[in-house]
Amino acid sequence: MTTPMTETSRGAVTGGVGDSPVRPDGTLKVTGQFAFSSDLSADGMLWGATLRSPYARARIRGIDLTAALALPGVRAVLTAADVPGAGSYGLEVADQPVLAADEVSYQGEPVAVVAADHPETARRAAARIVVDYEPLPPVTDAEAALAAGDIFRHVPVRRGDAHATAEVVVSGVYQVGMQDQAFLGPESGLAMPTVDGGVDLYIATQWLHVDQRQVASCLGLPVDRVRLYLAGVGGAFGAREDLSMQVHACLLALRTGRPVKMVYGREESFFGHVHRHPALMRYEHGADRDGRLVYVKAHIVLDGGAYASSTPAVVANAATLGVGPYEVPNVVMDAYGARTNNPPCGAMRGFGAVQTCFGYESQMDKLAAALGLDPVEIRRRNAMTTGSVMPTGQVVDGPAPVARLLELVRDRPAPLAASGDPREWPGGVANTTHGESVVRGVGYAIGIKNVCFSEGFDDYSTARVRLEMVGGEPVVLVHTAAAEVGQGLVTLQAQIARTELGVERVVVAAADTTVGSAGSSSASRQSYVTGGAVRAACQAVRDGVLARLGARAGPADGLRLAGGMVVTASGVAVADLAEVLGDDPVEETRQWRHRPTHPLDPRTGQGDAHVQYAFAAHRATVDVDVELGLVRVVEIATAQDVGKAINPQAVLGQIHGGTAQGLGLALMEELRVVDGLVRNPSFTDYLIPTILDVPPMTVDVLELADPHAPYGLRGVGEPPTISSTPAVVAAIRAATGLALSRVPVRPEYLTGAV
Amino acid sequence: MRVSCRVNGEQREADGVWPGESLLYLLRERLGLPGAKNACEQGECGSCTVYLDGLPVCACLVAGGQAQGREVVAVEGLTGPDGGLDRVQHAFLQAGAVQCGFCTPGLIVAVHDLLARVSTPTDADIREALAGNLCRCTGYEKIMDAVRSAAAMPPSTAAACPASRPGGPR
Ligand code: FES
Ligand code: FES
Repeated sequence: MTTPMTETSRGAVTGGVGDSPVRPDGTLKVTGQFAFSSDLSADGMLWGATLRSPYARARIRGIDLTAALALPGVRAVLTAADVPGAGSYGLEVADQPVLAADEVSYQGEPVAVVAADHPETARRAAARIVVDYEPLPPVTDAEAALAAGDIFRHVPVRRGDAHATAEVVVSGVYQVGMQDQAFLGPESGLAMPTVDGGVDLYIATQWLHVDQRQVASCLGLPVDRVRLYLAGVGGAFGAREDLSMQVHACLLALRTGRPVKMVYGREESFFGHVHRHPALMRYEHGADRDGRLVYVKAHIVLDGGAYASSTPAVVANAATLGVGPYEVPNVVMDAYGARTNNPPCGAMRGFGAVQTCFGYESQMDKLAAALGLDPVEIRRRNAMTTGSVMPTGQVVDGPAPVARLLELVRDRPAPLAASGDPREWPGGVANTTHGESVVRGVGYAIGIKNVCFSEGFDDYSTARVRLEMVGGEPVVLVHTAAAEVGQGLVTLQAQIARTELGVERVVVAAADTTVGSAGSSSASRQSYVTGGAVRAACQAVRDGVLARLGARAGPADGLRLAGGMVVTASGVAVADLAEVLGDDPVEETRQWRHRPTHPLDPRTGQGDAHVQYAFAAHRATVDVDVELGLVRVVEIATAQDVGKAINPQAVLGQIHGGTAQGLGLALMEELRVVDGLVRNPSFTDYLIPTILDVPPMTVDVLELADPHAPYGLRGVGEPPTISSTPAVVAAIRAATGLALSRVPVRPEYLTGAV
Repeated sequence: MRVSCRVNGEQREADGVWPGESLLYLLRERLGLPGAKNACEQGECGSCTVYLDGLPVCACLVAGGQAQGREVVAVEGLTGPDGGLDRVQHAFLQAGAVQCGFCTPGLIVAVHDLLARVSTPTDADIREALAGNLCRCTGYEKIMDAVRSAAAMPPSTAAACPASRPGGPR
C-alpha cells in the first residue's frame, strides 16, 4: 500500500518524465528471453574456472600445473607469470593482483585460471593444480591492524570546540557485521578474441569504462582494442564496481584464440566480490537538558580487508555523514579503513553511511531514554534543515525535510494487531508460538546520504542522441554507456528523451564503450548525471532542429518540440518534424557534469565535498518471541524526499528493495569470518530476506525540488537502505528492553544466551 | 548419454549429457533455453523453477537424466504460440515486479503454479507459496501486487503448460 504521489504535469507525449511506462526490457525479462551475462554463448566457446587460495595469508613457494594440463579438454592454464600487462588493478589504488604471484592475502584470492571445453572439466583441472603454500599468520583484527599502522585511509573531521562539555552524556560501542550484496545474477561474462589482437568483452558491470581501463592495463593493450558491451545485469548493489572475472576471461580468450565464458557459482560469488565493511564504532553524544546536541565524538574503524577497493571513499562517507542529519556544533570524528587479511570490502548500497547510521541512531535513542524524551521528538529537536552546516563546514543548500519525514512515518496509522493466522507470528509457518511470549515494539530512524561522487572527483556522463525519421515517423535513439542494473535506467533515459523532444518512439541503444563514459551506476547518481547528460544531448538536438528550421523561418525564440512537431511556446504548430528532418538526422553528443565538489582538508575534514544530500526515515513495527529470540517485522513505513519522481513506480521499487536490504542487515545478513576464513558462503547459510521476512511497506514520497539537479531530482537508491536497519533494531529494543549494540541481531542476543 | 524429453511442448533430444549435469544445465547449455536462471544451483533461490510433469521443481536439483521421457515447461513455455503473455507475465510487467529480472522466470512459474492450485490466494498464502523464491531487488512488495492482480485476471488459455496437478505440498 502506498500513497499516490503528488500529481505531476504531463507533456503531450505519454511515457515522459513523471510517468511510469513499462520497462523496455520488461517483456524480455518476463518471457525468459532477456540475455543476462550468464546466458551468453558463442561457437567454439570454452569455459573458464578459477583456482583460489584456501588460506587467508600464505606465501606461494611454487605452482605445479602438470596434472591440470594433462586433463583431456583443458586448453589453457594461466598464472601470474602469464599476465602480459600490469599485474594489479584497483578502483582507487592498483593494489589487487590479477593472479597472486608470491603471496596470497585473503581466502579466495585468485591464483590460477583454466579454460576447458566443459565447465566441469575446467573446475576439475583447477582442482588438480598443485600450489605449494607456506601458511602465514593472518591479521584479522581491524583494531590491531590500525594500531600497527596498517590503514588505507584516516579521515578526521573537526568542528567547533573539541573540548565542549554537556549536561547529559551518553556513549556506546556499536558493531556492524559484514554484509554481502548477494545479487542473484552471478559474476559472469564472455570474452571474444578479435582479429586486431584485441578482445570484445560482454559483461555484467556497474561501470563499463572503469572496467575497460583496468582490463586494458592488465592485458597490456591499448584501450581501444578492449571493447566492452553491457550484458544483462542480475543486480549489482556495489558488488560489480570492482573487477571479478573480467581480466581472467580476456587472458584465457587471448591465449586460446577462442571465446571464453566464465560464470561463478554462488559459493565462488561470495569470494568473487567485495562486501560491506564491518564496523566498530565508539560514539559519545553530549546534549543539553532539552535534548539539543552539544557535541558528538566518534571513533569509527572499518575493516577494509586485504585490498583498497573503494575503502578510501567509504571512510570519507563514514566520517562526513557520521553524525547523521542533525545540527551538531562541535564534532570530533575520526574514521579509519584498516588493512587486514579478511575478505576485501568496498562498495555496497549506502557506502559508509549505513554503518554510521546504526551508530548515531542507536545513540539518539539512548539520549532520548536518558532525557525521558520520545524518540521522534529528540530527532526533531536536532533535525537539520536547509541552511544547516555539516560537520565539514558544508552548508546544506537543498531541501532537507528531516523533521517532516519523521513526522510522516510517525503519523502513519499503526499496523493491525496479529490476526490470529499462525503464519503471522514470529516463527511463521514453523508454528512455534500462538502468541505466548510475543511482544510488540516500534522503532524509528532517519539517515543521510550523499548523492554522486564526492571530494573533487570529475564526475560526468556522456549521451549521444539522434533524432531521425524512420518509416515516416520521428524516432529518437539514445546511446550511453550507463549500466542498467535493474533500477530502471533504460526506462528513465527514454522518458527524458520523450519529454525533451516530444517524440513517443524512443530506442535506448545497448550500453557499450563505443560512446563516452557514463560513470558508475552507484552512489545513487545515474538519474542525476546520466539523466542530466541525456537531457543536455536532447536539448542540443532540439536546438539543431530549430536551427534548421530557423534558416527557413526566422528566429526560433520559445519554440519547442511536442507531438512530433515544432510548436510555439503556446503550443501552436509551426512545422512538422518530418519536413524539418527529411532524410537527414540530427545527432548530438554531450558530456554533462554536476557542480564541482572539493577535497576535504586532510587535518580538519573541512570542505564542500558532496554534491547533494538525500534523506529517508523509517518506522518499524516488530513482534518478538522473547523466549525463542525470533523476530517478525510486522510493517515498515518509509518517508523519503526524491526531489522529483521521474518514474514513480521505479522510485517505489528502489525504496522497497533498499528497505528490505536494511532489514536483512538488522536481522540475518552476515558473512561470518573466523580467522580470516568465510564460514557461510552459500544461500543456505548466508540468509537474505524472503517474502516471509519482508513485511508490507508503506511509503510517503516527497518531491521537494533541488534547484541544482535535473528536473529537481534527488538520488533515490541508497537512502532507504540506510535507516531501516536502526529502525528495526530500535523496535526490537522497544519490545525487549535489551541494549542490542550489534547487527545483525541474532536470536541468542534476545534470549539471554549471549 | 542421450536424454529425450518434451520441453515447452516440443520433443527435444540432447546428446553427450554427463550424469552429473542438472536439468538446469541441460536446458540452458544443451537445449539453448536460458530462461530458467542459475542464481545458486543449490536449491536455495528458486530462480531455476520449472514444471516437471506439471510439478514445480528446482531444475538445479534434478539430474538432467531424470528428465528422460518426461515433460518440462519453463518460463518460455508459458508464453502463447503467438507470443502473447500469460496473465502472470503480464501482471509482473505492469506492476513493476521486475527490476533486474533474475528472479523473475522462477517466480513466474511459481506464481503460475500457485494460481492453478488456489485461484484467489490470501496474502499469507502468497507469501507461503513464494517463500522459496528469493528476490534481492524489489523487497517483494510489487511482486505481491503482481500476484494479486494476476489472480484477478481470467486464466490465460494460450500457455503451453500441461494441466496442472491438483493441490498438495511441493
Ligand atoms: S538455482 Fe536452483 S534454486 Fe537457485
Ligand atoms: S528483480 Fe532482481 S532479484 Fe528480483
